[in-house]
Amino acid sequence: MTSENGIHDLARREYKYGFATEIETESAPPGLSEDSIRLISSKKNEPAFMLEWRLKAYRHWLTMTEPKWAKVSHPPIDYQGIIYYSAPKTERRPKSLAEVDPILLATYRKLGIPLKEQEMLAGVAIDAVFDSVSVATTYKEHLAKLGIIFCAFSEAVQNHPELVRKYLGTVVPYADNFFAALNSAVFSDGSFCYIPKGVRCPMELSTYFRINAPQIGQFERTLIIAEEGSYVSYLEGCTATMRAEHQLHAAVVELIALDRAQIKYATVQNWYPGDSEGQGGVYNFVTKRGICAGVDSRISWTQVEVGSAITWKYPSVILRGDSSIGEFYSVALTTNRQQADTGTKMIHLGKNSRSTIVSKGISAGNAQNTYRGLVTILKKATGCRNYTQCHSLLLGDRCGAHTFPSIEVRNASSQVEHEASTTKIGEDQIFYCRQRGLSSEDAVSLILNGFCHEVFNELPMEFAVEAQKLLNVRLEGTVG
Amino acid sequence: MPDVILEIRELQASAAGKEILRGVNLTIRAGEVHAVMGPNASGKSTLAYVLAGREGYEATAGTVRYAGNDLLAMPSEARARAGLFLAFQYPVEIPGMTTLQFLKAALNSLRKHRGLEELDAIDFLALVRERVQLLDVDADFLNRPLNAGFSGGEKKRNEILQMAFLDPKLAILAETDSGLDIDALKIVAGGVNALRSQDRAMLLITHYQRLLNFVVPDYVHVLLNGRIVKSGGKELAVRVEERGYGWLEEPGDRIFAPKVTP
Repeated sequence: MTSENGIHDLARREYKYGFATEIETESAPPGLSEDSIRLISSKKNEPAFMLEWRLKAYRHWLTMTEPKWAKVSHPPIDYQGIIYYSAPKTERRPKSLAEVDPILLATYRKLGIPLKEQEMLAGVAIDAVFDSVSVATTYKEHLAKLGIIFCAFSEAVQNHPELVRKYLGTVVPYADNFFAALNSAVFSDGSFCYIPKGVRCPMELSTYFRINAPQIGQFERTLIIAEEGSYVSYLEGCTATMRAEHQLHAAVVELIALDRAQIKYATVQNWYPGDSEGQGGVYNFVTKRGICAGVDSRISWTQVEVGSAITWKYPSVILRGDSSIGEFYSVALTTNRQQADTGTKMIHLGKNSRSTIVSKGISAGNAQNTYRGLVTILKKATGCRNYTQCHSLLLGDRCGAHTFPSIEVRNASSQVEHEASTTKIGEDQIFYCRQRGLSSEDAVSLILNGFCHEVFNELPMEFAVEAQKLLNVRLEGTVG
Repeated sequence: MPDVILEIRELQASAAGKEILRGVNLTIRAGEVHAVMGPNASGKSTLAYVLAGREGYEATAGTVRYAGNDLLAMPSEARARAGLFLAFQYPVEIPGMTTLQFLKAALNSLRKHRGLEELDAIDFLALVRERVQLLDVDADFLNRPLNAGFSGGEKKRNEILQMAFLDPKLAILAETDSGLDIDALKIVAGGVNALRSQDRAMLLITHYQRLLNFVVPDYVHVLLNGRIVKSGGKELAVRVEERGYGWLEEPGDRIFAPKVTP
């Protein structure tokens, strides 16, 4: 039966992606030092400039302290207890899917991403990152004909060092923040994507990250460069093995859009959220930033955040080019003891640049959900516009929704709009739906999908369907 | 004689711990249109909500049989699936979902539980066109978020349209006439009349007689202080309109009844 009381009856949900894969891995001992960084760099056979950069980041990191301003709380993280390098043991890098360990492939199938099928049917090129190394990259050759480079970050370091050197750290410098510095020092792998001038990438590029080995911190690094007049749409999905202890995930993503280039970046984040008592779960401390470097360039972030014990993440856009466009569409769902502090920054430097922020926070159980946003329009950036819409939905009366918007406008010709609301799913809405023959759960799912539709609309179709299902699954037992 | 659809016996019910219905008796057969009239606080909306199974409205004594089943034992959605429809006095807004999407979800939920195949988008839209024509309504609002920003008239029309879609066995219309101007009232009444049929029973719950100028009921009942105190034909509504409710009050029974000038 549904009632105000029934709504907050949050049942413990089983995390469907929590299986572990038994596979031999090669891991470094836990701990962080210049030696462990040298080990990572040498394992990856990196050129000297990379090692130098890592060490500089590490030395800077040592001078920094963990940020405390986010509205989250957790016990202290033991950075010396983390394994910073772990890789499946294979003789050599696989050249094609046929050479990929069948156990790995089975894992991916279990996660719902049949590489082979997708290769044939969906036309999705997937760069799958298993723990710290990339195990399979499909469609690479097809893309190469167009001059598109889509590969593991470590491969890009080997094969395109000039591009890596030119762009790495230009959007998120290693000194940017505590977790970005940590990532810069120890990042193991990630995706690299380069779209040459005037090329429209003919398919959605997709990376599937997965944390498997226990105790491992995953520090991936992604770099996407869209040259003049190019276009790329990139998807990222995440799940993690269920473990009793917390796992740290500190990623960095950098996007660079040159004149008239467009980058769409979508994330469905479903890392293990921990159990209903807050045991275990991933700490998702991520720095994502894009720069609209050229005129008329455009970057949009779309994120559906349903997992992780703690999410600390602000995908941002620096609008340097005149008439450039930055967009942020977000659904963040927190249940049980999850905490999310997420939002965006839109920094307007270019004239007539425009930004849109649509944030939907859903909170249930004992969860805390925070939107934190910054819109800055500098003095010379005349004629800019920002529209921010920030809505929170509460299920039950033990959860919280918080909004911290900051707006700084330093000229008189720009316009900023901010719209915010906090609502509860009402008994009257649920009764209305039930009176039309829908179950309580269907009713909640309809109301939620309605609440999120502006964000789901930004996702490619299959992803939108997935995201909807994910929300419903994560809220099963919340109502009824 | 046609089948009995709804049989209410000595129904007592409370809302928020307060006794509202104090022994209601009512029998409705297929094809009949009944009107229950009453002043404010007489128990009209409680009756509608108890029949629809809204939480917080509790039957404390008596029985309600619906198409041979114990209605009070059924959860709200099961009643809806069995063909009981309530047109709400205050339809809720659900932003972000179009009326069309909502209708499709509701219709397919009913079809599924009746063992029918769910309608795909094409068949559904064909049905939409047909029903919209039948009701002669402007269908613009179908593509707008459900009830969000609708005028009072649009909300009520939307309720009637949903009724036409879901093809109920028993339709309860709760104060469907309240807040409507005369044109909207005519449209709503036209819809109700178009949906009258041999198989369908209707229960109109209303404060005023004016809806009954357009939808002529077979029976009229007056609800006062949680009891049906008078039943009759359509002429009863006219007498109530002329004389108010005061002449129907039982002496010493003025707990909820407001003062009405005789």
